[in-house]
Amino acid sequence: MSFKNKLHEIKEQLKGKKIAPAFNALHTFLYTPNETTHSGAHVRAADDLKRTMNTVITALIPVLLFGMFNAGYQHYSAIDAANGTPRTLDILGNFLTFDNFWMGALTILPLVVVSYGVGLAVEFVFAVIKGHEVEEGYLVTGMLVPLIVPVDTPLWMLAVAVVFGVVIGKEVFGGTGMNILNPALTIRAFLFFAYPTWMSGDKVWVHQAVERAGTPDAISGETILGYLAQGRGSEYTYSISDMFFGFIPGSVGETSTFLILLGGLFLVFTKIASWRIMLSAILGALTMGLIFNGVVDAGWITESSKFYGLMSFAFWQHLIVGGLAFGIVYMATDPVTGSQTNKGKWYYGFFIGFISVLIRVFNPAYPEGVFLAILLMNVFAPTIDHYVVQGNIKKRLKRAKNSAAKTLNVETV
Amino acid sequence: MGILSKKDAALILDPLADNNPITIQVLGICSALAITAELEASIVMAVSVLFVMGMGNVVISLMRNIIPSKIRIIVQLVVVATLVIVVDQVLKAFAYELSKTLSVFVGLIITNCIIMGRFEAFALANGPKRSFLDGIGNAAGYGFILIVIGFFRELLGSGTLLGIKVLGDPIEKTGLYAFGYENNGFMLLSPMALIVVGLIIWVQRSRNPALIEEN
Repeated sequence: MSFKNKLHEIKEQLKGKKIAPAFNALHTFLYTPNETTHSGAHVRAADDLKRTMNTVITALIPVLLFGMFNAGYQHYSAIDAANGTPRTLDILGNFLTFDNFWMGALTILPLVVVSYGVGLAVEFVFAVIKGHEVEEGYLVTGMLVPLIVPVDTPLWMLAVAVVFGVVIGKEVFGGTGMNILNPALTIRAFLFFAYPTWMSGDKVWVHQAVERAGTPDAISGETILGYLAQGRGSEYTYSISDMFFGFIPGSVGETSTFLILLGGLFLVFTKIASWRIMLSAILGALTMGLIFNGVVDAGWITESSKFYGLMSFAFWQHLIVGGLAFGIVYMATDPVTGSQTNKGKWYYGFFIGFISVLIRVFNPAYPEGVFLAILLMNVFAPTIDHYVVQGNIKKRLKRAKNSAAKTLNVETV
Repeated sequence: MGILSKKDAALILDPLADNNPITIQVLGICSALAITAELEASIVMAVSVLFVMGMGNVVISLMRNIIPSKIRIIVQLVVVATLVIVVDQVLKAFAYELSKTLSVFVGLIITNCIIMGRFEAFALANGPKRSFLDGIGNAAGYGFILIVIGFFRELLGSGTLLGIKVLGDPIEKTGLYAFGYENNGFMLLSPMALIVVGLIIWVQRSRNPALIEEN
């Protein structure tokens, strides 16, 4: 008997038992179920939930790999800088090296493993308790989580945050598809508010910087937004191309705008993610950036203002530093928590970009406002949809009334 | 229950569980979020409310036949305000530091919807003894939840209980902190208190499905 048949047999034996959903989840991961529907009309489509999830994960792989190289690169270049011999970037010479990759993989893979292990364990427990099938919703979340945290996030913190995010952010609302907030961002928000020292500052973005603090080997790496928020904008040495291609410190997956852009195009091309949200979010960020630049140009604030650094930052550069690009492409486009109507998506996306830059500039305690902006708009998405739908109903009622009146007129004539 | 009849005992016991003012009636949430970051503050708040509600219910109950119904809310406010001022002055006299921690929230006991709710719903229609029991019972139900929330928030948020470092010293890295444990700052923020209330509601209703409301 083949392995496949054996699994089908075990499934029959487990039917109705408590553990069945857990087994089925592993089973359908390996093979298509042997049941077919016998009655009724059904839509046969290849883009089921698992396919959708896998497409997003595919779009995330380049970002993850780049994150590994970059984690190693930032680590070694911070050491060089501390020794007084700052590195100049040489892509083949000192970026795409096995040392960098190995160092990055050793620090980032545990994050991936913990994120998936804990998250899926929670999903399995809930599936068994509720007697549901295990939902695939965590597959993407599990990949997003390691990409939006600093490299050295302690694993137990990540585990606590994942449990919180999956249970409070998703399962209490009824599981995948029912959640109000994006679970990955819920996890990040939890980490940010629970353990702020591990989520901001100049020590967490570079591997080992925390444990070396206070020793002769101390290293550090501040993010560009961090520099700007402290009014030290002139001190960093990263060029525009460094920012765009991602050779800068930051959360694991957020640095390379270039690869995120490729991933975004892939998602738009495969029709998984909404281009309306992405485009309007970019427009929103640019608008807010332009407003701030305008304020600076008009001379309404002086250089002594604590907002000057971020306000005078060129408006389009907001898109290539920090997590804005990553958030727009992979988080704002979450089909569950975003707006569902096409018109609503424009508003939803626009305000994400707009508010992100607003929080960046005006709240120095949160040099990164993207996750807050997206969570906020997640909450408002149903309201936006409601008004778009109501607006459409009103418009059509009016049209129906007008045309009815017209026909009436014709008849009376 | 020797001294109390079954009906009277229910006045005290019901609000502790199946008719809890916070988790079932969802009243008094604001103070449950505001002052529960420390266990000590929670306990003091619980005791203060116990005093105000027990005494207030008795006073209102005694006056229930002479209060003109048109101005009953004002009379109730005067009674609560008087009692709250007594509590406030006592705290200022004997526990000044604590009264500073609780700051305006002692004064805001006046606005605690549970108190006015019990005056309206119970004390105005029942005798002093039963009103006293009802007041004590509801305040105890409220206080119990407050103390549970305070316990978890202080333990996980600051690593202390009543100010005692039960998990070790976070600065000198002793106890749990030696293993890399860190306090959860989110626990000290009000949103987390709301989530803890939600978790208590969840646990209570899954243990007793009869409490789940129909949609």
